[in-house]
Amino acid sequence: MAKTLGPVKRKFSPWTDPSAVPFIRFENITKRFGTFTAVDNLTLDIYEREFFSLLGPSGCGKTTLMRMLAGFEEPTEGRILLQGKDIRGVPPYRRPTNMMFQSYALFPHMTVEKNVAFGLEQDKLPKGEIAARVEEMLKLVKLEDFARRKPNQLSGGQRQRVALARSLAKRPQVLLLDEPLGALDKKLREETQFELMDIQTNLGLTFLIVTHDQEEAMTVSDRIAVMDKGVIVQVATPAEIYEAPNSRYVADFIGDINIMEGTVAATQSALGAHGTIRIECDGVSVSVDQECQAAVGDKVAFAVRPEKVRISPDKPVDSAVNAVHGEVWDIGYLGDFSVFIVKLDDGRVMRAAQANVSRLVDRPITFGDMVWLTWPLDAGLVLTR
Amino acid sequence: MAVAQNSDGQGKGGLGRVFVVALPYLWLVLFFVAPFFIIFKISLSDTAIALPPYTPVFEGFGAIQDFVSQLDIENYIFLTDDPLYVKAYLSSLRIAAISTMLLLLIGYPIALAMARASASIRPTLVMMVILPFWTSFLIRVYAWIGILKPDGLLTLLLQAVGLMGPEDQVQIFRTDTAVFIGIVYSYLPFMVLPLYAALEKMDNTLLEAANDLGCPPLKAFWRITFPLSLPGVIAGSMICFIPITGEFVIPDLLGGADTLMIGKTLWTEFFGNRDWPLASAVAVILLILLVIPIMIFQNQQKKVA
Repeated sequence: MAKTLGPVKRKFSPWTDPSAVPFIRFENITKRFGTFTAVDNLTLDIYEREFFSLLGPSGCGKTTLMRMLAGFEEPTEGRILLQGKDIRGVPPYRRPTNMMFQSYALFPHMTVEKNVAFGLEQDKLPKGEIAARVEEMLKLVKLEDFARRKPNQLSGGQRQRVALARSLAKRPQVLLLDEPLGALDKKLREETQFELMDIQTNLGLTFLIVTHDQEEAMTVSDRIAVMDKGVIVQVATPAEIYEAPNSRYVADFIGDINIMEGTVAATQSALGAHGTIRIECDGVSVSVDQECQAAVGDKVAFAVRPEKVRISPDKPVDSAVNAVHGEVWDIGYLGDFSVFIVKLDDGRVMRAAQANVSRLVDRPITFGDMVWLTWPLDAGLVLTR
Repeated sequence: MAVAQNSDGQGKGGLGRVFVVALPYLWLVLFFVAPFFIIFKISLSDTAIALPPYTPVFEGFGAIQDFVSQLDIENYIFLTDDPLYVKAYLSSLRIAAISTMLLLLIGYPIALAMARASASIRPTLVMMVILPFWTSFLIRVYAWIGILKPDGLLTLLLQAVGLMGPEDQVQIFRTDTAVFIGIVYSYLPFMVLPLYAALEKMDNTLLEAANDLGCPPLKAFWRITFPLSLPGVIAGSMICFIPITGEFVIPDLLGGADTLMIGKTLWTEFFGNRDWPLASAVAVILLILLVIPIMIFQNQQKKVA
C-alpha cells in the first residue's frame, strides 16, 4: 500500500537552547482533591511546535495536569504560564487551547459538519468562512463524504477523526489530546499516530498528548514526561527515555528490561566522569561503561534491555564482555523477534531477545539448552534511583 | 438442518410469544376498546326516563336493524350548537397548556439540579420527588383547600409575618389561580421524572467540550443540554397535558363557579342532568382531541429512535 509521506522531519530540540522561551510553563503546580494530591509541586516547560507526551499509569495526575491547562480545573498552588501570561481564572471558553476528549464528546444531535463548525460559530466568523474551514478540516481527516451524518452513524475510527477535526478547526495554539487513540484497534491506531504527526508538522501547532501507552508516546513525541504519583520522574526524548532511563521506575515502565539489584564493587573514574563500573549482584559480576554516578559500596540496580543481550550456546572468547550462563526456560516467538527466558545457574531469570533474521522454523536454540548470555560493556545501565 | 432447527425453535417459542404479545392487547380490548364502543353507542342514543336512563337497550341480534335505525348523531350536533361545550373544551385546553408551561418552568430546574447532584444523593432526591404519592391524591388536594381558603394557613402565615393586615384574607380559593396551584403541585412529579431521566444520562463531557470550543455555560445549556433533553421535555409535557385536559377533581375542589373545564361539564351532564348520551358524546370528542397530541408524541419518539 503506497502512501504519500509528509515533509522530512527536521531535528527539533528547542529545549537544549537555553535562550528559548517556553510556550507553556507549569510552575510549581500542586493540585489537591480533598486530601488526595493529584499533582505535587510539578514544574515543566513545553516549547512551541513541540509534540509533547505525558506518560504514566492511570491515576498519576497526567489528565489532571492537562485539564488544568484547558481550564476545567484550577491548580491549588502554583501557576500556569501560556506565552508568559498567567492564565489563572481564565475560563475554558476563553483559552486558546482546544481539547480532543478521550470519549470524543461529539454532540450527538448535530451532524459531523455542525460538530466541526461549533467552535467556529462561537467566534462569530462569517458563514462562508466557517463553511470553508469545515470543508478544509473534513478534507484533512478524510471525512468529506460524511459531513451530513450524525455521530451515531459513524464507526469508532471516523468518530475519532471528527473529534480531531473539531478540536483543530479553531487552529488552537495548543491542542490537548486526552488518550486520543485508546478506543481504536492496533492497526488503525498506528496509522492515526503517523497522521497526527503529519498534521502537527503541517499546521505547526503545539500538541500535548496524555497517554498510558508507551509505544504511542514513543512514536509520536518530540519529548516525553514520565509521571508517577503526581510528580515527573523524567523528561526526555523517546530515545533518551528508552536508552538512558534515570530510574528503575522509568526503565521498568518503558519497554522490556532485565533489572538486577547490586552493589558497586569498583569504579574506574571519579563521580561524573566516564568509566567502567563493576557491580556485584549476588554472585554475578557485571561491568558497565557509563558516566559514573555512584561510589563504591552504593546500592544500585543494574539493567540491560533484552534486545542488547546476545544468546549463544558457546562460551564467549572475548573476556571483556559480560557473560552469564543458564538454561533456556521458555521461548516467546513473536514473529519478528524471539524472546528467550533464561534461568541462570543461581536461579535468577534473564530475558534475551533476538531478531529472527532467517526463515528457519526450527531454531538452533531450544527449550532446556544450556546457553551463554553476553552483552558489551556499553549495553547495560547503572540505575541509582 | 439449520433451517429446521430454526423453525422448530420458533414453533416452541411461538405460543409463548403470542401469549406475551396478546396479553397487553387483550387488556386494551377488554378495558379500553370495549368500554369505548359502549360509550360511543350511548352517545348515539337518546335520553329516556328509564333504567338505564337511555334507549335503545340492545335486545338480541334480531333487533339490530331496529337498533341501528334509532341511533343518530343529534348529541354531537347539539355539542356544536351550544357554545358552552366549545368554550369548555377550549378552556380545558388553555388551562392544560398554561399548566404544562408552568410545570416545565418549575420542573426543569428541579430535574437539572437533581441530575447535576452528586451520584450518592440522587436516589434520595428521586425518592423525595415520589414521596407525595405515599398520600392519596384526593387528600393532598383537600390539604390545599386548608392552605388556600380565606381563613386558611396561607392567610395565617402572611398575617403572622406582617405582610397582611389582620382583617385581610387571601382571595385565591375558588379561582383559576387555585386550580393552577393544585394542578402544578399534583403533576410536578410526572414532569420532573421524565426530565430527570433524560438529563441524568447526559454525558457531562459534552458541556466541557462546548466550553472548550468557546461556548460559555449559559449558551452551552441552550445549544447542548436543552436539545438533548427534548425527548424528556416532550414525554413530560404529554404525560401532564393529556390528563390535565380531562382533569375533574382539582377544578371541582379548588376552582370557582366560573372555572370551566370539560371534565367538570362531563360530570354535570352525567350525574347532574343524567344525560348519559350527551355526556358520552362529550367524552368521545375529548378522546379524539387528546389522540392528536398522543400521535404527535409517538411520531416524535419514532424520530428520536
